[in-house]
Amino acid sequence: MEAVTIPPFERFYEEHRDAVFRHLVRLLGRQRADDAFQETFLRALRGYADLEHGRHLKAWVFTIATRVAADEGRRRRPEAELGAELGIDGERPAYAQLEHLAAELPEKERAAVVLRYGYDLGYDQIADALNSSEDAARQAASSGVRRLRRRLG
Amino acid sequence: MTVPTTLDRRFRDAAAAEGLLDVSYDVADTPVGQLLVAVTDRGLCRISFDPEPEREAEQLARTFGVRVLRAAHPIDPVRHELDEYFEGRRREFDLPIDLRGRSEFSRVVLEELGRVPYGEVTTYGALAARSGRPRAARGVGMIMNRNPIPIVLPCHRVVGSTGSLVGYGGGLERKRQLLDLEEAPI
Repeated sequence: MEAVTIPPFERFYEEHRDAVFRHLVRLLGRQRADDAFQETFLRALRGYADLEHGRHLKAWVFTIATRVAADEGRRRRPEAELGAELGIDGERPAYAQLEHLAAELPEKERAAVVLRYGYDLGYDQIADALNSSEDAARQAASSGVRRLRRRLG
Repeated sequence: MTVPTTLDRRFRDAAAAEGLLDVSYDVADTPVGQLLVAVTDRGLCRISFDPEPEREAEQLARTFGVRVLRAAHPIDPVRHELDEYFEGRRREFDLPIDLRGRSEFSRVVLEELGRVPYGEVTTYGALAARSGRPRAARGVGMIMNRNPIPIVLPCHRVVGSTGSLVGYGGGLERKRQLLDLEEAPI
């Protein structure tokens, strides 16, 4: 496998900060995105020196952001908001609608759905992130979406 | 939508405050132009003239670790002492220095360089002698040329045996400017 050098954190941060911020705003709303943004990159910093290579850094930081947002959501989401999120339509459901539902999927399907629809990653990147083939990643995402649709009835 | 400046700064400060960085750096404005200033938890590790932050960050990462981030707060003490120096109110820097990544001989020479007093000049040969290798004047010249912390480690105070300025990593114009500031006899 080709070795990819880990860039200085500054470069990694500059490259992804805007996309991560937009993503968190989409998930949590503008008010709650700030703390989640800071927490995401602090967590990234804590793990950064232990990375073994510089591949999939986008998938990596989006995964961290997802977890931070999920923690935030669990901690602070008012019960009343839940009911509003139950319509999923079309091939590309909005991530905000999927988040709490996706949490109930089997791990691999959840990761594939979240990375594909939440972060718009290609199946090649998802395959790398999941350590599986592109076909398997595609399959995991589509069966995850099917499962969600069934669950929504 | 981009990250608001206040949030960006807040994250950078938090990263530094939590001790998560191998290197913090920022750009300081001085009478000799913009300087990139970098510090580690051990001390000042870099001052660069005409900085290209991206390239510098790569180099810093190779020497000190990949957690390199631009952050204003950690370099404030350096900024402060540089301001005082350029205003003529400071003759000695009181900053810890981090010379990791330099050869043993370089470290000896750079530490010796740090003892050359304000407003005085010495020669490459004399500095070589004080570093224990009297015939290494040329090697000392190379080390001066690659001095990672100019101004604070005052390589501008080192001149040729005939009194000519010889050279300076930041350009001869700046060497002259610094010696003028210190009213050095040259």
